[in-house]
Amino acid sequence: MLAPVGLSLFAALVGLLGGAVAMLIWGYDPIEGYGALFDYVFGGLFDAEFGNEWGLYDTLGAAVPLVLTGLTFAIGIRGGVFNIGAEGQVYAGAVATVAASLFVLPPGVHHLVAMAFGMIAGAAWALPVSLLKVTRGVHEVISTIMLNRIALFLGMYVMTHFLANPDRAYQSIKAAGSAQFPAIMPGTSLTAGALVPVLVAAIIYFLLSRTTFGYQLRVVGYNAIAARYAGMSQAKTVNATFWLGGMTAGLAGSLMIIGGPPGYALTTDMSTVTNLGFNGIGVALIGRNHPIGVIFAALFFAALNVGGRSMDIASDVPQEMVMVIQGVIIVVLAAPELLRIIRGALRGRQLDDEEGA
Amino acid sequence: MLADIDILQILIISLSAMVPISLAAIGEIFGERAGVINIGLEGILLSSALISVFFAEMTSSPWIGLVAGVGIGVLLGMLHGLVCVYWRGDHIISGVGINLLGAGLISYGLIAIWNIPGQHVVPDAARMPDIPTPSGGISYLTILTVLLAIVAFYVINRTKLGLRVSVVGEHPRAADVAGVNVEATRFWATTLGSGLAGLGGAFMALDWFGVLVNELAAGRGFIALATVVFSKLNPLLALVGGLIFGFFDSLSVWVSSSSAIKEAVPWQIINTLPYVVTLLVVAGAIGRARFPSKLGEPYRRE
Repeated sequence: MLAPVGLSLFAALVGLLGGAVAMLIWGYDPIEGYGALFDYVFGGLFDAEFGNEWGLYDTLGAAVPLVLTGLTFAIGIRGGVFNIGAEGQVYAGAVATVAASLFVLPPGVHHLVAMAFGMIAGAAWALPVSLLKVTRGVHEVISTIMLNRIALFLGMYVMTHFLANPDRAYQSIKAAGSAQFPAIMPGTSLTAGALVPVLVAAIIYFLLSRTTFGYQLRVVGYNAIAARYAGMSQAKTVNATFWLGGMTAGLAGSLMIIGGPPGYALTTDMSTVTNLGFNGIGVALIGRNHPIGVIFAALFFAALNVGGRSMDIASDVPQEMVMVIQGVIIVVLAAPELLRIIRGALRGRQLDDEEGA
Repeated sequence: MLADIDILQILIISLSAMVPISLAAIGEIFGERAGVINIGLEGILLSSALISVFFAEMTSSPWIGLVAGVGIGVLLGMLHGLVCVYWRGDHIISGVGINLLGAGLISYGLIAIWNIPGQHVVPDAARMPDIPTPSGGISYLTILTVLLAIVAFYVINRTKLGLRVSVVGEHPRAADVAGVNVEATRFWATTLGSGLAGLGGAFMALDWFGVLVNELAAGRGFIALATVVFSKLNPLLALVGGLIFGFFDSLSVWVSSSSAIKEAVPWQIINTLPYVVTLLVVAGAIGRARFPSKLGEPYRRE
């Protein structure tokens, strides 16, 4: 249990170092940059006065969709597939939720219906991926990326042609009040909807570690990773993996609409929901594909994203730098042996091939 | 409405659209034959686009820009090789990281260097010259791409080096016993491949589009991966595949300049074409494709 946490912390450290190098190369002061980033997120905690914790609430709010897209990738890895299609599945979920918010329903029921629409749309958008993989052997890395791009443009099309807000340019119609999650802290993105991903993570945890389905998933996962390209696939498990992953990603899109104050709407260029799916990959990896780990990793990524925006304003360092950090983290996490090699080197010991095996 | 369709013009845009896809695909064929998958091609296209423009502008020479673009491709390839081959990391995850790194670098660089979040137009002094024709310029790199495909085909099928690359992906143990350095061969094969992708990225920025935008690659790195599948690891077919995908890619570029079609079919729908076609082609082609038996697996000596 400790070793995976160690690798995640190590990767996060290397990522932050990589970000510092990127800042230095272009003449920014990393201490000032990181100072501004973390001050916004955590600064309120150390203030004498209460009520300055906007950054913290925003971080919690931003973590909501990332927990869900992180789970998408984590479920995939458990089942031995690389579902990098959460991005498109989020779009599908968001669009379906905007449509579902047109219904007239009592609160509570409307929330559930809107989220069900998001989940079904997300799963539906993952369906071609599993079908193509199972029946034609198409690798999911290719099909998911193509479907991400298709979802982006189809989403824009549906938004501008069918669900556009006549009063506000570049926005969809607003989700009905009966489907909105109210903000817990007005002025921030944290809503009552934040409970949903925690509940989902608990369900997925139970499903993966306490049920026969979870056991099957892991068995197939271990086999399929060994023989990913050899065409080995247990159709049912692969399908279930994609459907389940698509549902959580679709739910992430859903919550961005009905749990997205103050607009409660989708921009017609989809920018409200872009990059959530891709971020989920990093979240899952740094959370070691474990539902509980995913929650903590989502908080970390959310802090980087939210703090990055503030860093941009307060210290001039472009917030895009955060993506560099996240990229470095993932590359480091790809090579678990790196930590062992470094540990060996620190002990002044030569690590030869035999020991690596 | 059909009268204003210039077939020659579409063909010329298709030839341009072919270049980054085919270059990245030909490079990836070397890597995959040796047993290394690199799904980070998209990130390499983006990184090299940024770096090539930076150096081309600094030196007012597109050629130096091209070299710099290949250089960053090579560096990222070495990183991928280090992680996957020497550190026995996961190929796909490393590629995902490189993609994010590339996406981050281009959007960060646009602001850090030019202080523009959206798009940077490459000045004329830094742009590649083209061979002029009545229907538009043809790039020197288009010709180079065709030549490279032929050379790659020859190297893979007719030389000792090509055999070495293939045996390392197919039977690493046998190669090892025969005295071939499995790690080094894999490392340099994927590095070479990334270098070619770097050339493709530099082409997009310095030659074809002449602009830098966050979304410059627009999935072409992944279309290149699909082209590798379509090509069954044959560089000449990667050229054909690149042209087919390039044609549908160019349709969306071309339609955006033709108001008649724009009114009939929404641009968003046209823009999905390259991706829909890619999905269909891969779904149709994959049954016949055969990949090296040790693709994506690290090699450990007994």
